Amino acid sequence: MKITTIESKTVVIPIDNIDTDQIIPARFLKTTSMEGLGDNLFLDWRYLADGSPNPDFPLNKPSAQGAQILVAGANFGCGSSREHAPWALTQGGFKAVISTSFADIFKGNALKNGLLPIVMPPDIHAELLKWPGITLKIDLASQTVTLAGGRTVEFPIDPFAKHCLLEGVDELGYIMKQEPAIAAYEAKRVGSVNTSA
Amino acid sequence: MSSQPRTIVEKIWDNHVVAEQPGAPSLIYIDLHLCHEVTTPQAFQTLRDRGLKVRRPDLTIATMDHSTPTTPHNLPILDPIGKAQLDQMAKNCADFGIRLYDLTSDKQGIVHVMGPEQGLTQPGMTIVCGDSHTATHGAFGALAFGIGTSQVGHVLATQCLLQQPSKSYAIRVEGKLQPGVSAKDIILAVIAKIGIGGGTECVFEYTGSTIRGLSMEERMTICNMSIEGGARAGLVAPDDTTYQYIAGREFAPKGKDWDAAILRWRQLPTDEGATYAKELTLDANTLEPMVTFGTNPGMGIPVSGMIPDPASMSDPIEKSDLIKALKYMDLKPGVPLKGQPINVVFVGSCTNSRISDLRAAASIMKGRKVSPKVRMLVVPGSQQVKKQAEAEGLDKIFREAGADFREAGCSMCLAMNGDQLEPGEYSVSTSNRNFEGRQGKGGRTFLASPLTAAASAITGVVTDVRTL
Repeated sequence: MKITTIESKTVVIPIDNIDTDQIIPARFLKTTSMEGLGDNLFLDWRYLADGSPNPDFPLNKPSAQGAQILVAGANFGCGSSREHAPWALTQGGFKAVISTSFADIFKGNALKNGLLPIVMPPDIHAELLKWPGITLKIDLASQTVTLAGGRTVEFPIDPFAKHCLLEGVDELGYIMKQEPAIAAYEAKRVGSVNTSA
Repeated sequence: MSSQPRTIVEKIWDNHVVAEQPGAPSLIYIDLHLCHEVTTPQAFQTLRDRGLKVRRPDLTIATMDHSTPTTPHNLPILDPIGKAQLDQMAKNCADFGIRLYDLTSDKQGIVHVMGPEQGLTQPGMTIVCGDSHTATHGAFGALAFGIGTSQVGHVLATQCLLQQPSKSYAIRVEGKLQPGVSAKDIILAVIAKIGIGGGTECVFEYTGSTIRGLSMEERMTICNMSIEGGARAGLVAPDDTTYQYIAGREFAPKGKDWDAAILRWRQLPTDEGATYAKELTLDANTLEPMVTFGTNPGMGIPVSGMIPDPASMSDPIEKSDLIKALKYMDLKPGVPLKGQPINVVFVGSCTNSRISDLRAAASIMKGRKVSPKVRMLVVPGSQQVKKQAEAEGLDKIFREAGADFREAGCSMCLAMNGDQLEPGEYSVSTSNRNFEGRQGKGGRTFLASPLTAAASAITGVVTDVRTL
């Protein structure tokens, strides 16, 4: 899954601590596939109690259709380790989430699925929250977000994850190439349990 | 190996580095991989697609817990999607040679209850599971953390993970807990203090005189909720309490291996002079029973306290989050939570479903009745816990009080298996998350200890167990 640049309007959910139970409620985790999760993205926020779409929810607004960049409050993706959360976001059309901070496991899962978790400084983030629908350009190679008006802001990203995304490196394949080191480590391990015994 | 004083987290890390490559995270070895039905099917599919085997089935073990009915396990499973997931788990374990404790096994249970119970969880290990509450195993001085499904695939295929080292965060709890105050109240107080993002990029090391005095089950309750404080993991350095718990369990080392293990484990505690990235001290003497009022685990107050008022908050996002939480919970600010009517009480989950939790709840329930307005579910964490509870007559105490005593599983903690709140219902729950809809769409959760939950079941309102 190679990523270089993303150019899209934003959709804004100005809420802190959006947890993985909101991104994809647990009742949809009974699937044995990675597919079909996009329709259930933010499901309990998207619909009212009577089953009709919630017109106030940002993703339901006509202007949000086609947006690939989600701007959300701090500590995005807290809660469970479910990789179904980034699967649901990417299947819902998103390629990047912008926040001031991300929960650790979500951040790792997102990067493995071509979804960029982009941390912006609080002042820039506050501006982005105020202007839903503006177009941003994200360039992974230079680690920059270009705002309307041409101003660019840098964002941090794990160098290895960046390399994998830019070059399409398969992480499992990378680990498997280190077989000699793994075998050498195993040869000197002590005190193992044996679940087969 | 460094001669600098090291924390226990640094020692376990150093012992597990397989390779270091420039420009990449460290490759670390995983000693134990725990699997359940929800976060593994796509990982097994990756192995099939690529023609790979499970590298170390002998370091891997599986159980069924999340999608698992808590009605008698010999009855047919009514949910066809849940059943398909359980069937897939059985097939994956059979195809790849992994030991599985399925619904017919007397060792089946919540993965974080089963591991320690069987002696699989041991000090100094690296332990992973596709589940954020894997930190539970840190109670034994293991570095145990939750991973996503891609990483489940990496561990199945290579027994290794690419990881960045974590910072060590010392949480010292000093003093004596007062009657009615428990381990759950300690961790809820910690999270209320630091917030749900307070431990990001860190591993908590719980230390201090209070922690030393806790049983292994109490330590598990605390480590379990490390993720709710934003940490990758949480642990307690092993001591004699740890060794006594492990000794004699099925997968524990025996004979000479046991003696060798004890010598290794005694090297693990943090060295004098080691430095922590962050530190927090909590006074156990003044701690009260804690209850959450909002929609994240950091929104907790002492049971005698008032629900906070958004008007008193200066940060605009914090303020709007509190307003949103109170709206979802349909609660007023500035009033006590104590006395709030409830509909459901849930005693269970990987946080509080062990025998000591059931004993605590039963000590309150004995000779009393559940309020006619309340439905109470007691769900033991494993078949072993259930058997022990039955041997002690706890099942009778719960049933005579009017509670439902179920089969083992995650149950209403995340409402995947049909056990759930109805929209608008309030629960007092011994589980770990009070997120919107966590226990069922539209459901509202107050997190608390087994003692507080049992007391609230009796009165039908949020109750201070000390005044029951």
